[in-house]
Amino acid sequence: MSGFKNPYDCEVNLSACGCPAHAQETGHSELPDPVASSTDTESLNQRFIESALVRALLPQDDNRRRFIRAVGANTAMAAIASVFPIGALAAMAQDKAPLEKKELKIGFIPITCATPLIMAGPLHFYEQEGLKVTLNKTAGWALIRDKMLNKEHDASHFLSPMPLAISLGLGSVAQPMNVATIQNVNGQAITLANKHKDKRDPKQWKGMTFAVPFDYSMHNFLLRYYVAEHGLDPDKDIQIRVTPPPEMVANLRAGNVDGFLGPDPFNQRAVYDEIGFIHILSKELWDGHPCCAFGLSGEFIRENPNSFAALYRAVLNAAAMARDPKHRALIASVIAPANYLNQPVPVLEQVLTGKFADGLGNIKTVSDRIDFDPFPWQSMAVWMLTQMKRWGYIKGDVNYKQIAEQVFLATDAKKRMAELNQKAPAATYAKFKVMGKEFDPAKADAYLASFTIKKAA
Amino acid sequence: MRSVLNLRAAILSLLIFVLFVAIWHAATLPVEKAAGADPEYAKLLGGGKSSGLPTPAMIGRTIWTNLADPFYDRGPNDKGIGIQLAFSMARVGLGFLCAALVAIPLGFLIGMSPLIYRALNPFIQVLKPISPLAWMPLALYTIKDAAISSVFVIFICSVWPMLINTAYGVASVKRDWLNVAKTLEVGALRKAFRVILPAAAPTILTGMRISMGIAWLVIVAAEMLVGGTGIGYFVWNEWNNLSLTNVIFAILTIGIVGMLLDLVFGWLTRLVTYQE
Repeated sequence: MSGFKNPYDCEVNLSACGCPAHAQETGHSELPDPVASSTDTESLNQRFIESALVRALLPQDDNRRRFIRAVGANTAMAAIASVFPIGALAAMAQDKAPLEKKELKIGFIPITCATPLIMAGPLHFYEQEGLKVTLNKTAGWALIRDKMLNKEHDASHFLSPMPLAISLGLGSVAQPMNVATIQNVNGQAITLANKHKDKRDPKQWKGMTFAVPFDYSMHNFLLRYYVAEHGLDPDKDIQIRVTPPPEMVANLRAGNVDGFLGPDPFNQRAVYDEIGFIHILSKELWDGHPCCAFGLSGEFIRENPNSFAALYRAVLNAAAMARDPKHRALIASVIAPANYLNQPVPVLEQVLTGKFADGLGNIKTVSDRIDFDPFPWQSMAVWMLTQMKRWGYIKGDVNYKQIAEQVFLATDAKKRMAELNQKAPAATYAKFKVMGKEFDPAKADAYLASFTIKKAA
Repeated sequence: MRSVLNLRAAILSLLIFVLFVAIWHAATLPVEKAAGADPEYAKLLGGGKSSGLPTPAMIGRTIWTNLADPFYDRGPNDKGIGIQLAFSMARVGLGFLCAALVAIPLGFLIGMSPLIYRALNPFIQVLKPISPLAWMPLALYTIKDAAISSVFVIFICSVWPMLINTAYGVASVKRDWLNVAKTLEVGALRKAFRVILPAAAPTILTGMRISMGIAWLVIVAAEMLVGGTGIGYFVWNEWNNLSLTNVIFAILTIGIVGMLLDLVFGWLTRLVTYQE
């Protein structure tokens, strides 16, 4: 744990940023723009915003026709106006501080978990904050990590345990990485190949192979938790293989894996292509569990506080829009094109609206199959750390709270959410239940000790 | 006589192609599925549209739509096939050029000096068989840039055939010619450019041709790993969507571009080939 440095150490900050050349460099190149941009932003009138939104929603002709047929343009405008406080936006534009960095690169994996940060592009949430964001589709989680460590991306879609692992130097060099918001809660599932339709009891899974997206993922921890609760040791009785989410369905079809605990849309895609069925939604294991996160490096936050705040607002606004069930069908068509998820709209609609075929001949309606609660509960981070320790990813003593509080920016989230009149919880820790068993963040070690199946520590 | 043979070969090629497409078409004819019990449930499924091998007609349509608009640009992750190919070619070109700049002078040195040949040989023998993609994690870690890393991978895979062929070509220049040069008291530089280079050129170009072939194989895999842009990314992106028609289209494109590159180097080799 020696590599874990406090990213908020004032001394370190000041000396790092106090270098005159450095300050000059970033200061000068950006100085002329803020003035221009602030007048720009001020002059953003309602009409501009509305037209920008329409352009964003309907970039292509066929989309436009399909969309207008589906909802009607006026309904859509009304829907959007209800989330965007357009008047407040203009007022806010005036006290916006100059942005240190305006052109940002954000990496993402093409899955529905990243809905808020992806839709913020085509729906111009970033642009409204004066940011020019390039959304880079990335081939896998290891590359997401490397591109953040290499500073090729300014901010990124993460699996929520990843910033913990990177900050601790697990599987990479240690670099302070933060979770600004959770992207989504729920929204995952265990999908099994069709040939396993009779193996609904996990006790029958001995010897089977499962794919998860990454070692440091909720998917890995939840799958391990689930089979362990059913008496299987995930390290001995089943094989867990790391596979990038987009390749899971192809592997399921090829028979390389028997099932996966993966992100949507790939669970639904397996059903859509009649390859597999949804065994259980992750929501049924832990209702409200976090999955993916929106994260930045400690260094970026330190050097670009205003750009960071602007990004924060953009992503929170997008999450607020995504939370409303009546926008879900619209969002499905916005993120479906090849530039983003590259998936058939019906698949995304089933994921986002929660009315879906389960692959066993039933139509289910689970409205909170996926949700986009952005608040980064520090208790969730503590739970992740207990599981990392349980399965031997971390050895030795862990100062759960210290790490959780350094990585999960719950206080910042509260502040930003308050600015946007969004409801934020008062506490940053809460108890919750995973498969019926209560987790108390204050008693993490006792919780860990209560499991019989774990890697010998 | 020769033209008649060519004509017959062309007709045979065409026949094989038609037969192939016919078998393909027959094998992928849509199977009538038993009507599902619940039409509402069936509506939520793909209806087998995206699973199974595509028919030749579907491939034809895909080829047409892709070629009709090869240079569209709908954001950083969705570009036309022409733009993707240009990205791949640029990476290959850059990596290949760097490799040539290193391999040809070094190959000359190795070919001319038995001492250096023996000293470097163990390193070359160890480094040569390493799969270029195995370098990728190391490259990403040290270079800290995905785009340059893929260029580096092209560099490392195309450097060996060029190096070895150059060394071999230079080493096997006829003794007689070198002796003649010696008798005429030709300077070292002049000897290198006027005697050895023309004599070794066919071998060097063969090495470059092999390198280009390997580089084109590797770039697809590298771009599938790194993503972003290029024909390899195109394959990966369409694989995500399990869109086999687009993947097959990309495979055809990769094959045709690879063939064209090979033809160019074949033509260059013929230019420098001499008769003894």
